[in-house]
Amino acid sequence: MDNVRKPEDVCPGKKDKLELAEVREKLSEARGPKYWRTLDELAQTPEFEEMMHREFPKHASEWTDKSSRRDFMKIMGASLALAGLSACTKQPLEPIVPYVKQPNNLVLGKPLFYATAMTLGAYGTGLLVESHEGRPTKIEGNPQHPSSLGGTDVFTQASVLGMYDPDRSQVNTYISESRSWPDVLSNLREVAKAEKANGGAGLRVLSGATSSPSFVAQMQEFLKVYPQAKWYQWEAVNRDNVYAGAQMAFGQPVETVYDFSKAKVVLSLDGDFLSSGFPGFHRYTREFARRRRPELKEEMLRFYAVESAPTNTSAKADHRLHVKASEVEPFVRALAGALGVAQAGGEFKAGQKKFAAALAKDLQAHKGEVLVVVGDSQTPVTHALAHAINASLGSVGKTVSYTEPVDPFAATGKLDQLRQLTAEMNSGKVGTLLVLNTNPVYDAPVDVGFFDALNKVKLRVHLGLYQDETAKYCHWHLCGAHYLEHWGDTRTFDGTVSFIQPLIAPLYGGHSESELIGFLTNENEATSYGLTQGYWMTQHNADFKSWWDRSLHDGFVEGSAAATKAVTAKAASFAAGYAATTAAPAAGALEVIFRRDATIYDGRFANNGWLQETPKPMTQICWDSPVLMSVATAKKLKLKSEDEVELELNGRKVKGAIWITPGHPDDAVTISLGGGRELAGRTGSGIGFSAYKLRTSDAMWFAGGLKLTATGGHFGLASPQGHQSMEGRAIVRAATLEDFIKNPGFAHEMVEAPAAGLTMYAPYEYKDHKWGMAIDLNSCVGCKTCEVACQAENNIAVVGKEQVKSGRIMHWLRIDNYHEGPPENPNTYFQPVPCQQCENAPCELVCPVGATSHSTEGLNDMVYNRCVGTRYCSNNCPYKVRRFNFLLYSDFETPQLKFQRNPEVTVRSRGVMEKCTYCVQRITHGRINAEEQNRKVQDGEILTACQQACPAEAIVFGDLNDAGSRVAKLKASQRNYGLLEELNTRPRTTYMAAVRNPNPELES
Amino acid sequence: MAQIFSRGANSIARASILGGLILVVGLLWAALQLQRSPYFTYAGVARPQPVPFPHQHHVGGLGIDCRYCHTTVEVSGFAGIPPTKTCMNCHSQIWTAAPMLEPVRESYRTGKSLSWSRANDLPDFAYFDHSIHVTKGIGCNTCHGRVDQMPLMYNQASLQMEWCINCHRAPEKNLRPHYVKENAADPMTMGDQIYNMAYEEPSAEHPVTIREGQSYKTFTSQTGPEGLGTYLVKANNVRSPRDITSCNTCHR
Repeated sequence: MDNVRKPEDVCPGKKDKLELAEVREKLSEARGPKYWRTLDELAQTPEFEEMMHREFPKHASEWTDKSSRRDFMKIMGASLALAGLSACTKQPLEPIVPYVKQPNNLVLGKPLFYATAMTLGAYGTGLLVESHEGRPTKIEGNPQHPSSLGGTDVFTQASVLGMYDPDRSQVNTYISESRSWPDVLSNLREVAKAEKANGGAGLRVLSGATSSPSFVAQMQEFLKVYPQAKWYQWEAVNRDNVYAGAQMAFGQPVETVYDFSKAKVVLSLDGDFLSSGFPGFHRYTREFARRRRPELKEEMLRFYAVESAPTNTSAKADHRLHVKASEVEPFVRALAGALGVAQAGGEFKAGQKKFAAALAKDLQAHKGEVLVVVGDSQTPVTHALAHAINASLGSVGKTVSYTEPVDPFAATGKLDQLRQLTAEMNSGKVGTLLVLNTNPVYDAPVDVGFFDALNKVKLRVHLGLYQDETAKYCHWHLCGAHYLEHWGDTRTFDGTVSFIQPLIAPLYGGHSESELIGFLTNENEATSYGLTQGYWMTQHNADFKSWWDRSLHDGFVEGSAAATKAVTAKAASFAAGYAATTAAPAAGALEVIFRRDATIYDGRFANNGWLQETPKPMTQICWDSPVLMSVATAKKLKLKSEDEVELELNGRKVKGAIWITPGHPDDAVTISLGGGRELAGRTGSGIGFSAYKLRTSDAMWFAGGLKLTATGGHFGLASPQGHQSMEGRAIVRAATLEDFIKNPGFAHEMVEAPAAGLTMYAPYEYKDHKWGMAIDLNSCVGCKTCEVACQAENNIAVVGKEQVKSGRIMHWLRIDNYHEGPPENPNTYFQPVPCQQCENAPCELVCPVGATSHSTEGLNDMVYNRCVGTRYCSNNCPYKVRRFNFLLYSDFETPQLKFQRNPEVTVRSRGVMEKCTYCVQRITHGRINAEEQNRKVQDGEILTACQQACPAEAIVFGDLNDAGSRVAKLKASQRNYGLLEELNTRPRTTYMAAVRNPNPELES
Repeated sequence: MAQIFSRGANSIARASILGGLILVVGLLWAALQLQRSPYFTYAGVARPQPVPFPHQHHVGGLGIDCRYCHTTVEVSGFAGIPPTKTCMNCHSQIWTAAPMLEPVRESYRTGKSLSWSRANDLPDFAYFDHSIHVTKGIGCNTCHGRVDQMPLMYNQASLQMEWCINCHRAPEKNLRPHYVKENAADPMTMGDQIYNMAYEEPSAEHPVTIREGQSYKTFTSQTGPEGLGTYLVKANNVRSPRDITSCNTCHR
């Protein structure tokens, strides 16, 4: 195995890395805050030293293939001879193929943007999709949409690649025989006839969660035609606990909508509202970031987090309490008592008292401005108590409001629904099962026994995008349609109705679930367009046409957010809820915490290369699902990162690799769902291990009693976190709010920046435009959306796990995590690093062929067709933002992937250097557009892809020569500083120093 | 032992040093000439097309404006290639039975696109935008040549970087006004001059008069301080040669 490289091979005789004592010693020696990126760096292990002194990790630039150098020379000799010949070939004649009848509003060469929405779980996100001659190429946020305010997340950004995925199912099959759609329909007609005869007694449907008004109406229609039939829903990452908690508190399931814009003190209980996938993530992140501007001074929001698995949300907290997931509930019970909300039992543990006392005081001091957020994974009691705390601190109606659940089927938990279906399947009641866009064979809890029950169903029909694990065990598999291929509607977290508008006809002839259900209902072949529009015609009679056109254009229905609902806590049920305490896990055993994956969600995006290669926000691991644990636990168990272990829970076993994570609670491990797919596709199959094999219905989110044994093996993980290190310079600059108010210019005192005129050459005057970027470290929540957006916009290649391990990841924009403080509870800062577009660019001076040169607007241009691949520029770049195509990473063969590419950006080949261009294609288009209208470029007219995608408004791009531009104003701010500006590179990208707002009582 | 080399060999050796040098330089020169030649650039070489469409007849003979077919030239980077429907606008009325036009009719009948061979084909790493060139005053025939005299389409220019950059270094050489003072005696000078294939740059014998506000201004030269091009660079806010020879103008 190539990836099994024992540490002693790298550095013989070295001692075990990560001696905790050593780490502590290093920290105590350091004066002032010390920032570190990896635990290796903190302990200054020999591997780290070695890596830091190499531009790329060991072996990255060496010949490691199996064939020998001699073979290589033989092959290359022939190639070189042919390469000489190839220079004599001419540019081939290219066909140009016009339309027969050109669509009306299409201007060839100019993209069109359509509003649509993507649904994840039951929650939609409003989007704009860029379309080039009918090919969707890029997802953008919809700035008009009230629920997202223009923000996007990693899942929506990457969904366009999901649509073109060549591994999507392309034929309908009946027991692996391909069948045409008319053939499918004639068979389904027979099924429908038979089921209609007995009222659908044997018919069951299992779908994912939905909030689509038209589809819900269709479901009701369907159940009218088949009165005995039943419809169940299953989501592996579900919100059962949220609704159960609301049920406990109010006697009915309600949706909780937060308003961070009015909050002053926020407490999160495992609530990852700054992480992609949390309902309302986009708006919450924006409001949160706006309330965190240090310029607000005393009004700046303070954020406490009580959390188990470390997330990028808790990294933004001013104070964190790392507890096991099972300890959150006792903490909240005690907190409710301390606040006088309810006597709910529970006691603070020894180490929590100081934190809790300060927290309680702060919460009580800010009545009406308090917000308690709870994550989906916390227990119903935690949710109920949070409702009670919010109510008693006067948050309801201010920072918290309640609406009808966005998921209309929230009354019964998704797990209960799956259990009921399984019971029915086991009892033989189910003759026909339709599985729509869900994959329970893979992601159902093991103890439910869904898989065994499935075999008892006579006819199983699966509709989905992939021939996945569930499709394998169904008689029929029907190609599904991606959301970019069919019509529909959905609701966002606040209930706003958003339309799903297709961008392309189904690429592989798929059909939506609405089309399938529509056919089974009345045996008419209706289109998703007809079904969606038909439903809304019944809802809006007056002036339907203009209402419909307006709503489609905007992407949402004006004013359709759910009405606020007045709910009152039900005292009796509330008290009863307290009785149910989770049993404390056996001493000595570990707790296992399950989490949705930060990039592949519940496993459904496993075949998406962009998402797999996005380093996960906190661990910076890609292409894997490691077992996370704390430094102390690892030391106790004598484990190191990348050790292979076997996890055993209730007799069920899986193997995984350890990753020691700063800020992880002790005596617990976190594993993310979504790994270990068997039939995800060429990209996603066999990546990581399946946490579902341990997950049982009584412990959906955490469980005690985990046994962990080292197998003695080594399992390499790919983490670009340690790559491109900038050594111990003042890269991240941060202060507390108190210090910031006293000394707003703190960021400048850390390093002396050379004076502007410090050059031997006449300074160049940038007359016209002077592009620059400001990145606010305080706003950045580290969600990685910009990384995926950059990848989509700039045709950045996916390289795969082995190449990432060699330091060859191609992302033009990376987010570095810097930790400060002890590894048990560090403060974490996120720093997005694109090309700094230096005015005195070190890379330009060393290029022997002039492939990288300066533009008159201050861009550091990269000309691929000139580059000969010496990599001197990368060597000389102090920011390590240049990426080299060591191999032919871009796929020049697969036709579907060619469709996805942005036609405005060159697809790079092997042997050339590339890097962030500030989205020069967007600049060019903005400039040409303005010049043709004989005017100046307006501020905000040109948005880079990362800026457009960012939900937190952390990235601002613009013209520095325009004094009124947002970027120019930010650069004038006192928090503004340049990265490594002491080198006199004069970077155009600058950063706004981070400011934390700690409670003085807790800051020792 | 007799000498292997005669005295004359010295001269041969000397000559061969020089000859070798000449040979190397000559080969390099030949290679450069070859890659600039129409053999490589296709300049002046007509492509095989499914229908032998004569621009000469349609533009020169019938006087159809460029924009009738290339509709997006003023608004988009891509000038546009006419859909079959555009051909059929006329050819459903005239020459309806011409065997030469059968592929067009077939395309219209079956809905299957015609596949033309692209004559002006830039490399994929160069990004050209028609609309900005037209807006700033570059005429069609500056790059495309006298299309109205081409029986079959070919690229007149080499489309090589040196050819592009020659103009970007001195844009005033090729700028022309959109509108000139109408000359009733010569109808070809009416309308937008960008699309006038027969446009002539100003000279002493052939001055060009353009409107400037309420009055007129006459030019007798293209370049130089009093030249029309120099005037238009200013009037049209053409960015400086330094700006438009930045790499990112064409490469990204």
